[in-house]
Amino acid sequence: MSLSMDDLRIKSVEYRKKLLKYIKLAGAGHTGGSLSCIDILNVLYNNILNISPELPDKPDRDRYIQSKGHSVEALYVVLADLGFFPEHDLETLCRYGSHYVGHPTRKVKGIEHNTGALGHGLSVSTGIAMAAKMDGNKYKVYTLVGDGELTEGSNWEAALTASHYKLDNLTAIVDYNHLQITGLTMEVCNTDPLEDKFLAFGWHVENISGHDLEEMNRFFREVPLSVGKPTCIIAHTVKGKGVSYMENKKRWHHGVPDDEQFNMAMEELDSSLKFPE
Amino acid sequence: MDIKNEERRITDPVMGKPNLEVFAKTLEELAAADRDLVVVTSDSRGSGKLGPFGENFPAQIVETGIAEQNLVGMSAGLASCGKKVFAVSPACFLTARALEQIKNDVAYSDQPVKLIGISAGVSYGALGSTHHSLHDFAVLRTIHNLTIVAPADKFETEESVKWAYGYEHPVYIRFGKKAMPVLHDNNSGFVYGKGIEVRGGNDLAIIATGECVAPALGASLKLEKEKGIKARVISMHTLKPLDMKILFRAARECDGMITVEEHSVYGGLGEACASGLLANGYSLPFKILGIPDEYTVTGSQSEIFTHYGLSPGGIAAAAIKLLKTN
Repeated sequence: MSLSMDDLRIKSVEYRKKLLKYIKLAGAGHTGGSLSCIDILNVLYNNILNISPELPDKPDRDRYIQSKGHSVEALYVVLADLGFFPEHDLETLCRYGSHYVGHPTRKVKGIEHNTGALGHGLSVSTGIAMAAKMDGNKYKVYTLVGDGELTEGSNWEAALTASHYKLDNLTAIVDYNHLQITGLTMEVCNTDPLEDKFLAFGWHVENISGHDLEEMNRFFREVPLSVGKPTCIIAHTVKGKGVSYMENKKRWHHGVPDDEQFNMAMEELDSSLKFPE
Repeated sequence: MDIKNEERRITDPVMGKPNLEVFAKTLEELAAADRDLVVVTSDSRGSGKLGPFGENFPAQIVETGIAEQNLVGMSAGLASCGKKVFAVSPACFLTARALEQIKNDVAYSDQPVKLIGISAGVSYGALGSTHHSLHDFAVLRTIHNLTIVAPADKFETEESVKWAYGYEHPVYIRFGKKAMPVLHDNNSGFVYGKGIEVRGGNDLAIIATGECVAPALGASLKLEKEKGIKARVISMHTLKPLDMKILFRAARECDGMITVEEHSVYGGLGEACASGLLANGYSLPFKILGIPDEYTVTGSQSEIFTHYGLSPGGIAAAAIKLLKTN
């Protein structure tokens, strides 16, 4: 069942509020990146992926591998909302003995692969996509990579292979928020122009907004966009999106809001759902 | 078996085969019965003796090109979908270049990939240190959820590969490329995590692994023939988990112990045995034979073995010295 765009819009705000709540409670988390990718996860998990919390291991399920594992708080709140585990589990985030650590692990129901070190998800996803092709399975594989992460050379090994084997069941979504922990990606070590690079590696490339729910809904549904080619969707995003004082600020890469900042964020997110008077 | 027959066994080249060839043949046998068995290689099917496998099972071999990180990451992805994956690449590259993928995508994520390090140790002797893997035991021993195996002969190879195929967790197996004598009769009785006593004796224990078991056996025969010293030889094919029981028994029953490995003297079989013994209250004359911490000498595998005292003569000499001085 697909959610309407209005429902998705409400979910995006709820998810933002929740991920901030649990980051604040844990006293740790990757705030900016979680806020930049949460709309992508919202659309994928609510309207695209063929998955089910009742049958999390069903062989024909679609696969989602979060290569930028540090934005795990976004993934946790979405999985909890879908019923993979009770949301109150997230009160243990980063606590002693908790399975809810600061990067995804398979100990959490709904998570396919342990990530956290960057530059791994695309290779793993390429292997999954290849297994599907070998077995004639129709499921699709989606992976989320960061633009900063694309300096890891292993991504480009995978990009070559996915194209070589014509894995059109594979979609890489780039959370293109232009920032990494040190600063602007173009200043740290420029990964632009991403489109040219993926095109040169034999991928189909689309540039869309990573915050336009309707546009993502349309494109994610339509993949593969070229038969015989893996798809790269460069999702243009804003790090810290939705909380104005966090937007495009590198210090919110893993900043944790204090009480006042948290309340400001909640007010702003609540008001974003109100219709203009 | 009398000593002459034992000697013949370890010197007769006709009897021996490279473990790598036995591995490739075993894979073919397994692949014929299971279309989910997949070999992944990094431009290494020739080095891995997998040419015939590729010809006979073209749909079951995946080439990643020279890209070991991707080789291991993809293998994890394939394994997560039920493929029984053998990721085959030279040990020197597989366990260094792709170490993070081994740690995270295979071991931490518990994907049952079988990592096959080919031409391990100093098999590529004269090619230089870039092509040596003298670090693999040490680094992989520290990674949780990874079994490490180094078979000594064709029986240990065949049996360990068949065991690994059915094992539902990650395994690293390393092979050399030199023809190995046959060290067992009809089978080795390979049991994962259990060392094998290849030759009896209570004067000394020689604990060896992989391609060092044959020279260890040669040393044992030499010691008996020339000095009347009876040296027990144990093939410690599984480095992790280490068979403490066979180790402790050897420590109780023998007057000294020598470990022999085609690996740095740091962090491998020797140090694993030493720490296991010391931590459990065993103390006996003890010597680690392996490759010392220096720029490795240039030469073939056997020349390098001889240079560093890993030949039958070198091991025997170390044994005599150990027993004399203690």
